[in-house]
Amino acid sequence: MFKHFINLEWKSFIRSASVGKNIGLKIFLGFLAVYFMLAFLGLGVAIYPLTKEFFPKQEVLNVVNNFVLIWLILELIFRFFMQTLPVINIKPLLIVPIKKEKVIHFVLLKSLTSFYNLLPLFIIIPFGIVYIYKENSSIFSMIVWMATMYILVLCINYINFLLKKKFTDNIKGLFPYLLLVLILVALEYFSVFSITKFFGNQIGYLEFYPFLMLIPAAFLFGLYSWNFYNLKSRFYIDNSIQAKKQEVSNSDFSWVKRFGKIAPFLQLDLKLIWRNKRPKTTVWLSLFFLCYGLIFYPNPSYQDMPAFFVFVGIFITGIFMINFGQFIPAWDSSYYSMMMAQNIPLKQYLNSKAGLMTFSIIVLAILSTPYVYFGINILLLNLACALYNIGINVPVLIFAGSFNKKRIDLEKSPFMNYQGTGAAQWLVGIPLLLIPLLIWYAFYKFFNYDIAVITLALLGLIGIVLRNFLMEKIAKQFAKKKYEMINGFKQQES
Amino acid sequence: MIQVQNLTKTYNGTTVLNIEHLEIPKGQSFGLVGNNGAGKTTFFSLLLDLIQPTTGFITSNSIQINTNEKWKPFTSAFIDESFLIGYLTPEEYFYFIGELRGWNKADVDSFLVKYEDFFNGEILKNKKYLRDLSKGNSKKVGIVAALIGEPEVIILDEPFANLDPTTQIRLKKIIKELADDNSVTILVSSHDLQHTVEVSNRIVALQKGEIVLDLIPSSETLKELEAFFAA
Repeated sequence: MFKHFINLEWKSFIRSASVGKNIGLKIFLGFLAVYFMLAFLGLGVAIYPLTKEFFPKQEVLNVVNNFVLIWLILELIFRFFMQTLPVINIKPLLIVPIKKEKVIHFVLLKSLTSFYNLLPLFIIIPFGIVYIYKENSSIFSMIVWMATMYILVLCINYINFLLKKKFTDNIKGLFPYLLLVLILVALEYFSVFSITKFFGNQIGYLEFYPFLMLIPAAFLFGLYSWNFYNLKSRFYIDNSIQAKKQEVSNSDFSWVKRFGKIAPFLQLDLKLIWRNKRPKTTVWLSLFFLCYGLIFYPNPSYQDMPAFFVFVGIFITGIFMINFGQFIPAWDSSYYSMMMAQNIPLKQYLNSKAGLMTFSIIVLAILSTPYVYFGINILLLNLACALYNIGINVPVLIFAGSFNKKRIDLEKSPFMNYQGTGAAQWLVGIPLLLIPLLIWYAFYKFFNYDIAVITLALLGLIGIVLRNFLMEKIAKQFAKKKYEMINGFKQQES
Repeated sequence: MIQVQNLTKTYNGTTVLNIEHLEIPKGQSFGLVGNNGAGKTTFFSLLLDLIQPTTGFITSNSIQINTNEKWKPFTSAFIDESFLIGYLTPEEYFYFIGELRGWNKADVDSFLVKYEDFFNGEILKNKKYLRDLSKGNSKKVGIVAALIGEPEVIILDEPFANLDPTTQIRLKKIIKELADDNSVTILVSSHDLQHTVEVSNRIVALQKGEIVLDLIPSSETLKELEAFFAA
């Protein structure tokens, strides 16, 4: 039976519309994977000598065991945000004679093939081997240790699965568990009871009682069953047929009326952002990235490279512009043919997008003013970057948008979501971030800081003056690419 | 009103549409029938400049569609769900379309009153986004939206599909009323021969991209069409 599922999976993969088109992206992700594997391998080998160096008086394995719980929790948090769960389209399977159990087992087992389950092996195994070699310890007990570690990792896999499936629409159900975690953290913090040490000690017993390994194994089995019954109870399409109870938001953004001709589109864009998961998360991310400067400004190692602050300035004031702008007009992909058949002047449509991005830059620039704490120079640079973003980067992004022809699903999470990403998204990063940095650096080297800042601001102002002219040209480019876009946006990706 | 000249559309060497000459006078109610793949949607997409013709062109009110955008203010259409904006409520969608066509909220509201029957209480004031409506209900929204702003050319692709019997009858009434108005040219495609015969004052059948029948409906028309498609 599993043979059929694997067959279906394989076909859905190789026959999806996007395969082949996304080779560049696949290669990039491949490199990322290799990078992480090497990094983890390095870490795995290095743990032993590092522990020896930082905790010379303690037994290495004890120290490592004490960190295991923290590692597992971090991994869980990371997975919760990044790992995509395996999905199988159950609708066509419901009425064919296949046992539900089989399908659920398949989904659950498929989650094991995730890259996130492979990575920890690159730490666990090298560490185990180094440990056996250095400490001359018993190979058997180390293998038991490694196996236990991996079982714990798999437990995390299924805990994550459970969290995502069971608690996404029932956040309240999570509170008791969260409370427990907080209490444990508090106990640890005030040195009343150290759960990490306790956990570490338990793992330590493995050396003497290898059969204790059965406890995490039983725990893993329990989690698997919990997931299984949870999925089984949901194995109906009720959820998709049932009328959604989601209340509509009443905000009609009528205050944007004062923006004249672009108002209807602006209103539409605000609703787009407010009512759809992916663009909405993008906004929250932008606020989060406001803190980006805190990493760079106080760090003494960047003080000699102020050119780097240009990068930070462009990023802080332009993060929404970048995140939103790179997918113009793919945000409207699901109804793009209507937009093209309707009585809509392209220029107004694009102007409204430009207006929205400009507005976001102004807001972010204002929100970033507290960085004046790190010096008036930082503030001036950020404001210059904001002007540059408004004048130059906004038109550049919209122009790059004319090369977009990949559909976007508005209701999917943006984390690790490469839907709608093509070469245009990567290439546009160069003029967006690199060119202002180079210009600034050149003027900084030949003249001084102030002149470099003024140059950047001036370029932005020139762009603002030329905005109308530029938008005219861009609208022509969009008109030229129209048919390609309509066709591209129709392709559903699996 | 609409003139088609040597229009062809070819995909990878396969010709999916080939209309040498076709003239649709102003005020006509034009019914397009044909099997799957006959080229109905292709023709409508060309009429809306959503795809490019391989050869030839269409003019609407003497405006060449693929080179000039001036046809847009007097043309409206509902082709498929890609004409709907999923995250809007029906009201918001109507207002948006109204705004694009120069109608304010009050205009749209008084216009919608006429379609309360057609909506059957399932569309307005239901606090639902379009993406959460059933297929039939979202189709109702799309069709009515295509009538906003007093367009002179209305294009409806398969308007009867997915509608319940009551709504089909009401839709026929709406289309007939539009057909009686001599300033409105309405183009409707359908698989349903009877519906088409009832609402049109001219019927064209497409087969493999070519016009094979061009009839003025009479009492014999339905039989004639059935005989043709049965063959």
